[in-house]
Amino acid sequence: MLLVPCPHCGPRNSADMSYQGEASSRPDPSSTTPSQWRDYLYMEHNPAGWLKENWYCSSGCRRFFTVERHTVTSEFREPPLPGSKTALPLSKTTETGADTDQQGGES
Amino acid sequence: MIRRLEPQSGEVIDRETPLKFTWNSKKYIGFAGDTIVSALLANNEQVFSRSMKYHRPRGVLTADYWDPNTTVQVDTEPNVRGAHRLLEADMKVSAQNAWPSLDFDIKAANGLFGRFLTAGFYYKTFIKPQRLWPLYEKVLARFAPGGVVDLNTPHGYHDKRYSHPDVVVAGGGPAGLAAAISAAQAGMNVMLVEQNHHLGGHLLWGTDEDRATARELEAAARVAGVEILTDSAVTGRYDDNWIAISQRNHPGVVERLIKARAKTLVVAAGLVERPYVFSGNDLPGVMLSGAVRRLINMYGVRPGNRAVVLTANAEGDAATTDLERAGVNVVQVVDARAGETISKATGSSKHLSSVTLIDGSTVKADLLVTAAGWTAPTSLLNMSGDRPSYDPTAARFFPTALPDNVIATGGLVGDGSLDELIAHGLDSGKLAAQRAAVVKHRLQSTVSRAQRPEEPEPPMPEDRRVGLPRAPHPELYRSDTHGMVDFSEDVGSKDLVSAAAEGFDSVELVKRFTTATMGPSQGKLETVNTVAVLAEARGETIEEVGTTVWRPPYASISLGALAGRVFEPVRVSSLHEWHTDHNMTPILAGQWIRPEHYGDPGAEVTNVRTNVGIIDVTPLGKLDLRGPDVSKLLNLLYTNKWSKLAIGRVRYGMMCAEDGVVLDDGVTGRLGEDHYLMTTTSSGAGQIWQWVEMWLQTEHPDWQVHVTPVTTGFTSINIAGPKSRELLKRLVDDVDLSPEAFEYMNVRTGTIAGVPDCFMWRIGFTGELSFEVHVPAGFGLHVWEQLLEKGADLGVGPFGLEAQRIMRLEKGHFIVGQDTDGLTKAPTTGLAPLIKLDKDDFAGKPELEWALAADAPELPVLVAIAPTDPRLVPDEACQILREGTTEIVGRITSSRFSPSLQRSICLGQVTPEFAAAGTILTVRLCDGSDTTARVMEHHAHFDPEGVRLRG
Repeated sequence: MLLVPCPHCGPRNSADMSYQGEASSRPDPSSTTPSQWRDYLYMEHNPAGWLKENWYCSSGCRRFFTVERHTVTSEFREPPLPGSKTALPLSKTTETGADTDQQGGES
Repeated sequence: MIRRLEPQSGEVIDRETPLKFTWNSKKYIGFAGDTIVSALLANNEQVFSRSMKYHRPRGVLTADYWDPNTTVQVDTEPNVRGAHRLLEADMKVSAQNAWPSLDFDIKAANGLFGRFLTAGFYYKTFIKPQRLWPLYEKVLARFAPGGVVDLNTPHGYHDKRYSHPDVVVAGGGPAGLAAAISAAQAGMNVMLVEQNHHLGGHLLWGTDEDRATARELEAAARVAGVEILTDSAVTGRYDDNWIAISQRNHPGVVERLIKARAKTLVVAAGLVERPYVFSGNDLPGVMLSGAVRRLINMYGVRPGNRAVVLTANAEGDAATTDLERAGVNVVQVVDARAGETISKATGSSKHLSSVTLIDGSTVKADLLVTAAGWTAPTSLLNMSGDRPSYDPTAARFFPTALPDNVIATGGLVGDGSLDELIAHGLDSGKLAAQRAAVVKHRLQSTVSRAQRPEEPEPPMPEDRRVGLPRAPHPELYRSDTHGMVDFSEDVGSKDLVSAAAEGFDSVELVKRFTTATMGPSQGKLETVNTVAVLAEARGETIEEVGTTVWRPPYASISLGALAGRVFEPVRVSSLHEWHTDHNMTPILAGQWIRPEHYGDPGAEVTNVRTNVGIIDVTPLGKLDLRGPDVSKLLNLLYTNKWSKLAIGRVRYGMMCAEDGVVLDDGVTGRLGEDHYLMTTTSSGAGQIWQWVEMWLQTEHPDWQVHVTPVTTGFTSINIAGPKSRELLKRLVDDVDLSPEAFEYMNVRTGTIAGVPDCFMWRIGFTGELSFEVHVPAGFGLHVWEQLLEKGADLGVGPFGLEAQRIMRLEKGHFIVGQDTDGLTKAPTTGLAPLIKLDKDDFAGKPELEWALAADAPELPVLVAIAPTDPRLVPDEACQILREGTTEIVGRITSSRFSPSLQRSICLGQVTPEFAAAGTILTVRLCDGSDTTARVMEHHAHFDPEGVRLRG
């Protein structure tokens, strides 16, 4: 079972988490086309390599976070920042000054 | 004849403690420490099973956990490994699947017809004609292997344990023990797992000095604080060293599954002796050298009287010495290192009688011992991503590349003296400890907000161990005759050759076609022989053929251990004990135990419709929402509009997922300027909380909304019926409950029966005048009892979930997930007016926009349905057909007999063509007959105008 690095709780079993799929941004609902929208809903890129994905720490802090996982080796690393507003910083980002909590939950 | 020897210096049996047991109803005596099979052999029993396909008699082969021929039934427990399970007093042991008996097995006739029962025989023969398969199945089932399952057998207690050792060592031989010692001495928390009952591995059946070394190592491991598990097995290694361990020796527990998250894993699984393939190699009396050595040295049992030994290594030579010491007449030693070998073994149907050498000469013998080489049980290495490679000079597979957190030692890696093995083990344990420290540092570094180590991550220590030499060994796989390769599955070398000839040229295909390596020994004995025979058939080398992938489990594990204890939480409301004391018939709804009814749900309905009833609706999901941006959130989650909801007002809303499918529904009320209470369906409470958090955390982190789930913080009671206002009035002083002051779809905060801060909602799922009250949970029982006491003269009574379901169906209120499904988009629920496409955004908006467009494909519509026969209640999920055809045009989603209307009522989904009011539908009932039903004008069968509700 994978150990998923929750930025708040630390490494936790993936069974303590809820996988939220590949990180993708929601198309603007006022201008989206059916094909764009359904691509967002149903299609995954599933690369053999680094993949940005969302997890929900459902049995822990109940925060959503974004990490990058290598789909072949299952290695985790921090997602590049700054980026999508869905991205939560993992670790080591204090040096870049990006470790501010934008989620409105904790301080 | 008794085969027990004089006491041996290394024996593990206690001759002071005799144990009585029976074998197929015959009475025998063994000793404490005996395995079932060693005790039976000592009593001169030599046939323990019949083989799976040909029903050939089978005797001891390996005399350890992997023995494929000694699976027996113990009392009510089937499929017990008889050469591993320890003897207990009064055990009733019997042979499995040897109808009518072990001695006279009519199915052994299969052996005579064996040439017709080649690989794929069952696949090919019984596939046609297909209509006869039930008959074939019945006959074949009698031939299937396995014991008898007694359905009345006690379940036994199984458990699970979660563990976080620094280092797990798989294997308690000299190398594994040494690794555990040095890792523990380096300060690591170490768990050592050994499959057998004793530590020491092959030292146990070696010399006195060997055993003394084993005892020293064990003592040192205990002093170092190693947690030692014997009679246990590492059954699998998964991502990030998630290690499954089956522990069978834990007191009071039949079998325990340990889920260990180890920082490093040391694999010291040793070597498994490989059988040699020749005609007659499965006759009782043909044994591996390890079996002979275990039987003589550990159990004091003489394995035969006149022996031929085929030896290719030192273990075979030692077996010869052991046999001679035990008084066995070793009539011939065949040395494979000198190019000699044997050709075949012959005997009666029950036992070996002679051995034919490669030169054609024949030697009379009742025991043939083979020492043909080793299989490296690389399972755990395979599960770590390694693809072991074959070394022809050593005649076995070796590991190639392992991840940093998995380290191999001992026989898997090489050979060498005992000192060299121990030295390698010590080095491996040290390396495992060093790497575990780095892994630990890495794990701590992944936490950003908690305490993180200040120092940078140290480099992963490199492997600087002195390797173990590889001893040369002849490649000895098959003689000039064909014999058994997989003893568990009854697959012979001839089967593999014919499978190759039929085109199954990949080893993975051959495995699946012939089932070789797929039996209880899981390839430990037969994999390399399978590969070798296939290589020979294809004219290739073993490296070219490659090997099958070893998968979990390494050793067998019971379903009970996998199931373990039940961890699923059970939820009850604060009124649960009251319900239990008042004749509740419980029903499990999700994790909740709820009252289905209190004796008569029909009477409960009538009481609500004429007087007043109260129901415990605590499981109703409740989310307390606070902050200036709550109305934005509600507008985003629900399909309708929320911006203008006044304080004290309540609104119904429907939520859709982003694909437009109905996700949940419920009412939300505004309690204050920035304070709302959202209710969800009982089953959706957890999911909707996550849904709300998801939108707030990922899409709108700038919104100021604080979400608190308060589902169990309140006891929720619905008071329903024409007399509900009268009842509540008697308990509430500070809220004006009059129809003018407290209208339908409003919420008030007040004091009920002296309990302040209660919420009162005027809403009604039942269709009656009703008040839903949320009382702080600690006072729930008080309010519930006060309602019953103060309303006694009004006829108040409790009602359960069933009465509520009947009444909501009478009112045509759908239940998300029962009357809707994964394809039900919001417009087809009958609530299309609640979809406000002029809002900027809400979950699922694009899909709903397209679903409401004129050219959208038509989806099934939810309608109320009245069966023509008012006494007939079609079962839920009955199909609705186009008349005179079998074309399905819909289904019944809910159905009940309505006590209020005295007729059957339904909700159902039908295609739009059949959705118009008055349409007559054909409903196919469960017994296959058809009936008719009419589509109603409204969803509500009862009080469609809602007069009662708003009264």
